[in-house]
Amino acid sequence: MRRLDYELIERLVPDGASVLDLGCGDGELLAELIQKKHVRGSGVEISQEAVQACVAKGLSVFHGDLDEGLADYADGSFDIVILSFSLQQLRRPRMVVREMARVGRLAIVSFPNFAQYAIRWEMLVRGRMPVSKELPYEWYDTPNIHLCTVHDFRDLCRDEGLRIERELYLRSFDRPAPGLRRPNLTARIAIFVVTRPA
Amino acid sequence: MTTDEKASTKEIGDIATVVGGDTGSAGVVRTRHVTVAEPPHRLRLECGDELGPITLAYETYGTLSEQRDNAILVCHALSGDAHVAGFHRKGDERAGWWDMLIGPGKALDTDKYFVICANVLGGCNGSTGPSSVDPATGRPHGTTLSMITIADMVDAQALLLDHLGIAKLLGVIGGSMGGMQVLQWTVSHPERVHVAVPMACAARQPTQAIAFNEVGRQAIMADPHWHGGDYYGKKRPTNGLAVARMVGHITYLSDEAMQEKFGRRLRDIHEYSFSFSADFEVESYLRHQGLSFTDRFDANSYLYITRAIDYFDITKGGRSLADALRDVQARFLVMGFSSDWLHPPYQLKEIANALRATHKHVSYYEVESHYGHDAFLLEREKMEGVIAAFLASGARTFTFSGGER
Repeated sequence: MRRLDYELIERLVPDGASVLDLGCGDGELLAELIQKKHVRGSGVEISQEAVQACVAKGLSVFHGDLDEGLADYADGSFDIVILSFSLQQLRRPRMVVREMARVGRLAIVSFPNFAQYAIRWEMLVRGRMPVSKELPYEWYDTPNIHLCTVHDFRDLCRDEGLRIERELYLRSFDRPAPGLRRPNLTARIAIFVVTRPA
Repeated sequence: MTTDEKASTKEIGDIATVVGGDTGSAGVVRTRHVTVAEPPHRLRLECGDELGPITLAYETYGTLSEQRDNAILVCHALSGDAHVAGFHRKGDERAGWWDMLIGPGKALDTDKYFVICANVLGGCNGSTGPSSVDPATGRPHGTTLSMITIADMVDAQALLLDHLGIAKLLGVIGGSMGGMQVLQWTVSHPERVHVAVPMACAARQPTQAIAFNEVGRQAIMADPHWHGGDYYGKKRPTNGLAVARMVGHITYLSDEAMQEKFGRRLRDIHEYSFSFSADFEVESYLRHQGLSFTDRFDANSYLYITRAIDYFDITKGGRSLADALRDVQARFLVMGFSSDWLHPPYQLKEIANALRATHKHVSYYEVESHYGHDAFLLEREKMEGVIAAFLASGARTFTFSGGER
């Protein structure tokens, strides 16, 4: 599957930037950014297998837990810090977003929008926890412990004093959403670009 | 050597290539010796003295490629030696000390790589050390041998590489004191290392570890048979060395591992003996570890090598760690072990963070283990995949010049 969310993130990254990818998984996005955008990239990943996959790709990766924070990373030490589809799996998502805006001059956060209408439908009409392509887990085995909506994330940015530079949306991983209205109701995937105002 | 064993060892020049043996085993190997720093040359030591000629005991596994671009140096820890993999004789019960990672199809795949391991300068397993004979006097050096440092060990290994015709290593890897040598390699000879894997070590010997080493040294020097290090040909300070090893051994385990392995179990008795004999399993184990160590290790070498470890500080002269590592060219995989309290993971992370801060190519990997410091000698399954992947990516990017392909 072509990951349109990756493509949107790639477009946001200038050529040759320094990039820190938090929760980089097997390094797919990072490898693409290095190949297409010639970034100097590094990842952070908690899973042993995923770290190994990154190393096999020749990537620089740090085995670690994002919920412990980014104390090892100096202020503004990366042009861009990315959190791609990991926000909802963090124990301390607010702290991590705050840390991203400290370490990166630009922070890019993508997450599944829990207020999309199909998800609301599952809850409202079927009365069950939603399972979808973006949220493929049953309630009892999901790693997604901190789901939020577009409105929620805007609120978080406001409360943290972060400036939202851009909001991008997708109908799903492989369906673009040009001119999407009322994204909190219609977008399954949200991508926020935020900065810490000087 | 039997005819069989001869047939399984074919020699190309000075390099022994091992074939046959069990699948996955490096097979039968033998330790070789080379003399370096021969007149008129001598090795300039960090302490300012000069030393030469120097004998180095080493073993090799696999075949050096025609391009000489597949050599991996393994650096051993305090009590290790050159025998890192395979067997010395068919039917040997014990394989080399890191056999779990080295051999055909293993993490350090001897079908792909040419693996080298040498006994360190100052050691007692074939390389020049306090127990070897000083050619000037015809007697063992004892404590007249100049102080050896980690940098001196590395410089001696560099002379071995010159002898083997290896201009640049594909990789250098090791744990504990071996990890310190790995770091020193990338600093002393940055142009000669493509990838580096330091494990279970620190950029500078930490205070607590110096303290434990000092207890060990005091135990040796307090032994009435030590005689200022001049005991060769006489009764050796085995009791002191055994106690030193016991202390050391405790630092290599963990609370959890000891609890699990021994608990408070009694040794061959059901009741306390109400004496000072080894009632507890753990006492008996440590006594055995201590005593059996004295059969294979020289007390003076223990003094010299622990001193070298204590002096190790890559930031010597008040530099920051990032500054000290500024000129390294190697790509790094830094490995820590969760329950290692001799070199806890934060000491490895410190190295990785300093490398990242100076924009070096570095990855950090933490092995979840309850084995303590010794985990790097035990956790094969948790280590082999990432090491193999890192070496393979190193082989893909290897060039003889500094830049990456």
